[in-house]
Amino acid sequence: MNVVKGLYYSEDHEWVKVEGGKAKVGVSDHAAHQLGDIVYLELPEVGAELSAGDVFGVIESVKAASDSYSPVSGVVTAVNEELADGPEAINSDPYESWIFELELSDASELEGLMTAEAYEAFIAE
Amino acid sequence: MSELKRTSLYESHLKAGGKIVEFAGWEMPIQYEGLVAEHEAVRNNVGIFDVSHMGEVSVKGKDAEKFVNNLVTNDVSLLNPNQIAYAMMCNENGGVVDDLLNYKYSEDHYFLVINASNVDKDFAWMQKQAAGFDVELVNLSDSMSEIAVQGPKAQELLQRLTDTNLDEIAFFYFKEGVKVCGLDTIVSRTGYTGEDGFEVYMSHEAAPVIWEALLKEGQDLGVKPTGLGCRDTLRFEAGLPLYGNEFDDNISPLEAGLGFFVKLDSPFIGSDVLVKQKAEGLARKTVGLEMVDRGVPRHGYEVAVNGEVIGHIATGYTSPTLGRTIANALIDAKYSEMGTEVDVLIRGKAAKAKVVSKRFYTKQYKK
Repeated sequence: MNVVKGLYYSEDHEWVKVEGGKAKVGVSDHAAHQLGDIVYLELPEVGAELSAGDVFGVIESVKAASDSYSPVSGVVTAVNEELADGPEAINSDPYESWIFELELSDASELEGLMTAEAYEAFIAE
Repeated sequence: MSELKRTSLYESHLKAGGKIVEFAGWEMPIQYEGLVAEHEAVRNNVGIFDVSHMGEVSVKGKDAEKFVNNLVTNDVSLLNPNQIAYAMMCNENGGVVDDLLNYKYSEDHYFLVINASNVDKDFAWMQKQAAGFDVELVNLSDSMSEIAVQGPKAQELLQRLTDTNLDEIAFFYFKEGVKVCGLDTIVSRTGYTGEDGFEVYMSHEAAPVIWEALLKEGQDLGVKPTGLGCRDTLRFEAGLPLYGNEFDDNISPLEAGLGFFVKLDSPFIGSDVLVKQKAEGLARKTVGLEMVDRGVPRHGYEVAVNGEVIGHIATGYTSPTLGRTIANALIDAKYSEMGTEVDVLIRGKAAKAKVVSKRFYTKQYKK
């Protein structure tokens, strides 16, 4: 399973890429494999206020719909519409496929997430 | 909670990388390589399914054919020896107890194949309905394994393992005493995928031997082990129903759009209700839906028109073969005309869909 360095990871297999005060969120290669071929993606609304642990949307594979959780809190500043039109990109390129971006309201939350090394150990269990 | 059962192929599934889930009280592989890859393998080459969890019942005696004819919607008296009929068993209200395949050995001997999820219910029902008929029913489910070999290259693959000329087994016919890998089997040209293929019944000891041989011999044909996940997407595309989705104890075969397998002139349990339903016109019908808005209509989601719920989704998927997001839905017959616009309620929001033909995928049977 591919795990990209420099990103933070949650126990629900999301990755977080921090750029200044903003964070982009996607799902890991491990998650993409678990889900299978993704056919539908429900994005949050721009302007939505999310708390860490809130459901931000749904990722659907052929077989099932799965709630997806935001690993951090903040206000949604952008969503990847292009990805919503071609959600299978999550399977082929999970780390390029950011789902939404938000303005972090509490950067200290990042300390509760895993580093790439910790995540690699986590998924190896 | 009772323990889950394992088929004779459980170790084979682990070996092939199968992802095991619970299904109808069994530990079964939902997929191996991936649902779409397996689905495509069946449509383009050949896939092998462990279907050992299915149930089998033998019906023997002077009244075997009379009993079966009274039990199921189809007219099995029209069958030749070694021919098979697909049908449903109805309850007294015309609802479906289960669907099944009826293998006719002779007027005195039938072999019925039923859904894994309904084995106990079906056998109890059959025993109850046997009163007054000179028949002996035996539940063979625990003693038989079964592998389905499905796809355009299914015959080519299976032929490599048997000296029986498979051309001799026509569509919806079976042959017993067929040696596969030198082991005794019953082979029928039947399946649940919409492709040409066979269902092979064998002993528990024979199953892993035949499974491994199929995987080995079929490498150059592109054989893949295929799981329950693609089994559902394949049968859905082909218009084949699933008990619990397209029908159940409260949905009649006519409402499910399966009148082709219902011979009302050959009476059976519940036929009086169906005769009435037909005469009065169906209040509910099963239609095909295609999504207009984005979203995936899944089993159980409600269908509405102008905010009023008019039915529900039986089965829906983004179809791997067709690339369309489609569904079967049981709805108020008023809205069943082609092109009618309806809403599918997905997580509380209305997503637009339209009524389309139920014939999604053209079946590739070798008839």
